[in-house]
Amino acid sequence: MQEISILVGGKAGDGVKQSANSIARAFNRMGYSVFVYEDYPSIIRGGHNFSIIRASQKRIKSHQNQIDIVVAFNRETIDLHKEKMKDDVVVIFDSNEFLYKDGIGIEMTKIAQENKLPLIVRNSVALGALAGAAGINFSLIKDVIKSTLGDKQEENIKMAAVGCKMAKKVIAVQKTKNSQKPLLTGNEAIALGAVLGGLKFYIAYPMTPATSILHFLAQNQDELNIKTIQPENEISAVLMAEGCAYAGAKSMIGTSGGGFALMIEALSMAGQAEIPVMFVLSQRPAPGTGVPTYSMQGDLLFALNAGHGDFEKIVAAPADADQAFYLSAKLLNLAWKFQVPTILLSDKHLSESTFSFQGSKKRIKNESALLWNKRGVYKRYLQTKNGISPLAFAGEKNAIVKSTSYAHDEYGLTVEKSEMVVKMIDKRLRKKETIIKEMKKEKVVEVYGNKKSENALVAWGSSVGAAIEAAQNLNIKLIQPIYLEPFPVWAIEKELRGVKNLINIETNVCGQLARVLRQNGIETNHKILKYDARPFTPLELEEQLCKILK
Amino acid sequence: MQNSEINHNLNTSSLKTWCPGCSNFSIETAVKNAVQELSREGFPKENFVLVSGIGCHAKIVDYINLNSFYSIHGRVLPVATGIKLANRDLKIIGFQGDGDAYNEGMEHLIFAAKRNSDITAIIHNNRTFALTTGQFTATSPKKFEGKSTPKGTPEEPLNPIELMLASRATFVARAYGGKLDHLKEIIKKAIKHKGFSFIDVLQPCVSFFDNYEFYNERVYDLESDKHDTKDYESALVKARAWDYSSEDKKIPIGVFYQAEKPSYEKIILGDEGIKKEKEISLEKILQEKI
Repeated sequence: MQEISILVGGKAGDGVKQSANSIARAFNRMGYSVFVYEDYPSIIRGGHNFSIIRASQKRIKSHQNQIDIVVAFNRETIDLHKEKMKDDVVVIFDSNEFLYKDGIGIEMTKIAQENKLPLIVRNSVALGALAGAAGINFSLIKDVIKSTLGDKQEENIKMAAVGCKMAKKVIAVQKTKNSQKPLLTGNEAIALGAVLGGLKFYIAYPMTPATSILHFLAQNQDELNIKTIQPENEISAVLMAEGCAYAGAKSMIGTSGGGFALMIEALSMAGQAEIPVMFVLSQRPAPGTGVPTYSMQGDLLFALNAGHGDFEKIVAAPADADQAFYLSAKLLNLAWKFQVPTILLSDKHLSESTFSFQGSKKRIKNESALLWNKRGVYKRYLQTKNGISPLAFAGEKNAIVKSTSYAHDEYGLTVEKSEMVVKMIDKRLRKKETIIKEMKKEKVVEVYGNKKSENALVAWGSSVGAAIEAAQNLNIKLIQPIYLEPFPVWAIEKELRGVKNLINIETNVCGQLARVLRQNGIETNHKILKYDARPFTPLELEEQLCKILK
Repeated sequence: MQNSEINHNLNTSSLKTWCPGCSNFSIETAVKNAVQELSREGFPKENFVLVSGIGCHAKIVDYINLNSFYSIHGRVLPVATGIKLANRDLKIIGFQGDGDAYNEGMEHLIFAAKRNSDITAIIHNNRTFALTTGQFTATSPKKFEGKSTPKGTPEEPLNPIELMLASRATFVARAYGGKLDHLKEIIKKAIKHKGFSFIDVLQPCVSFFDNYEFYNERVYDLESDKHDTKDYESALVKARAWDYSSEDKKIPIGVFYQAEKPSYEKIILGDEGIKKEKEISLEKILQEKI
C-alpha cells in the first residue's frame, strides 16, 4: 500500500479531532508521512466536523479527497462525503446511530453505555476497529492511547480492544522502513521557530486561525522560557509588543485579518519609529467576518500594503511546517537586524493542518541585533551608510533612548523642517537596499518538480503543498516565492528562463500573487483560482492543469 | 544639542511650542522636579521611561531629557506595560491627554487599572481637544460649546476618578496644574506606588478652555478633610463630590485611594522573570508529538 486516506466525521463535540490525531500518530509510528486536514464550522457543539488523515510512503504536504476508509460517528458523515468515497471504501460506523448497507457497523454508543463510560470513548472503539480493519498491530494502538490519553488510558485501551476484536481485516497496512517524525501543525512550527529565534513575549488576542499559537506557547511557556500575554484587544497586543521591543525583548504577535486590521496604525508607527516587531497573519476567508474557520489566501495585498506612509517591511509565506519553523525564526531575526516590522503570512490551511515535521534546530540562529558601542553620545536614529542605527535600551547608563512615531532628528526629537524630514526618509530608504542585499544571500524562492519544464506553476503559502504533487505528477515546474516583500524578482526571473507557460495558483478570487508579479513585470499565462474557502488538493489541481496543458 | 550627561539637567534642545500660560508647563516642571528628587533618593535617571500619546500633552517627552517613547493617540498604556514587562527595573511614566486616555484609549486605561500594571498614568485633563483646536472630549462639561458642537455637547462628562475606582486601580489621585508643589508631591507618590497609579491633572487650556479661575475658586486638598485613602467607600463618595460639570461644588484634589495588591508584572513574570541565555531544548515537546 503506497498511501491511504481516512476521513473521520461527526458532530462538534464528538472528538473527531482527537480521533484523527490518534490515527495520524499510528501511521506516523509505522513510518508514513502524514498530513491531516481539519474541517469544522464555527460552532462549539453540533454541526459537522471532519478530518482527513492522509498517510503516504512518499513525503506529502497535502490531503486528497479520495477516501479509502470512513469512520462515521453519525449518518451525516456518510451523506456529506459520498463524493469523496472511493468505490471500494470501507465504512466503520456507529450502528446505534444509523444503519449502512455494508461496512463495519459497531454498536459504539451501546458499548460505551454498557461500560458506563462517556460517549467520547467511541473514538477509542473506532480507533480499535480501524486497527482491526487495516491489520495494524494492536500494541501500536495501545502505545498511541498511552501517550495521548494520560489517566484515561486504561478504559480507552479496553474500548479500543473491543473495537479491534469486532472489525474484520479488510486491508493490509504494512510498516515502512522510514522513521517516525513529530507531528506538528503549522502554528506549532511557527511557535517553536520563533522561540529558537529568541522570542521572549508572545502577545495575542484570540482569533481563529491564529489562536492555537497562543494556546501552544501558553502551555509550554516554562519549558520554552518565554511568556505569553493575552491583552484586552489586538491594538493593545501590538503596542505591548512594541513596548517590549523598545526595552530590548524580542516579541511576536499573531492574529487573522480582522485583528491585523486593528493593528495597522501601530504597524505604521513601527515603520517610523524603526521598532523590530514580528506579526503572524494567519488568513481566513474575508471580507468582514467571512468564513472564520476556513481557509483563503486573500490577504496578500493587504499585508504587502498595510500601513499608512512609505516604510520598509519584510513579508514571507511558508508552505509547510518545516518552512514555517525556519521562517518564523528568520523573520524575528530580520526584524531586529533591520529594525523593521516583519510579517509571516499563514492561513488556516497551513496553521491548523498537521505535518510530518522534519525541521532541524541546527539550521536556526538566534542572531543578535546591531548594538550601541557605548561610545560618545547615543543617537537612536544615527545616520549611517546602510540606514541601520545601533540599538540601546532604556536603563543603559549614559544613553537616552528616544523612540518616536513623529518625524524626528537623530536623537528622536520631533522635527517638522523639510530638510530633516527628507534626511530621515532617505535613511530609512537606505535600509531597503541593505535588506535586498541581504535577501540576495538567502533562499528566497523554492523550486519543485521538473526544473527544466517550459510549463511552470507559481504558487505561494499553503497552496504549494498540493501544487508540489501536481507538478511532480505532471512533470512540470513549480516556483514558490518564499519572500513576498521585498519581492524576489531577481530570483524569480532566473527561474523563469526557458519557461513559456506560467500558471498562477492561489486560493483567492482575483489572483493576488499574479498582480504582484505583474507589478514586477512578470505576466502569468493562466490562473487557477479557488475561493470556496477550501484548499486545493493535488488531484483537483492536476485535473484543472490537464485542461490547460492539453 | 541634547545633553548626553543625563545627570546634569533634564532639558532638551527642543523649542517649546505650548501656548504661553499653558498649564502643561506646570506638569513638565513638576515631573522634572519629581524625577530630580527621586534620583537623589536613589532611583537612577536612566531607569525612567516617559511614554506619551498624541496631543498637546505629548510634547512633554520632547522637552525632558530622559528615555521616552512618543507613541500614537490613545495607546500609551499598552506601550508602557510592554516596556515594564520587558524590564522591571524601569519606572514608566505614561502621559496622556483626556482625549488620549478617556476617548481614544479608554479600554487600555480600564485594563491597566484592572491588571494593576506597575506603571504611572498622568492625565493632562484640559477637558477639550486642544491641538485639533477645540472640540469636546469625554470630560468636557455638559453643554460645552466646541467647534464641533456649536449648540453644546450632547453628552454628559465621564468622571474618571469614579471610573478608575470602579476599575480597581490601586492608586487614584487628582491634582491641579495651578498647584505645582502639590502636583509634584502627588507625582512622586504615584511613581513610588507599586502597581497602577493614576493621576487626573486638571489642566486649564488657555486657548480653548481657560478655567483657571473656575478651579482656583473650587479646588481644596483632600487631606484637609482627613480623608482615609485606604477607605474605598469613602473614596467613592469623595470621587462623586464633583461630576466634572456642576459649578456649585467644591473640587477635591489629592489621593482618593491607595491599596496594596500584587502587580501584573509580578504575577506574569514571577520572581525569576525570563531567564537570560537559557538553552532551549525542543526534545521533550517534539517527542510528545510523535
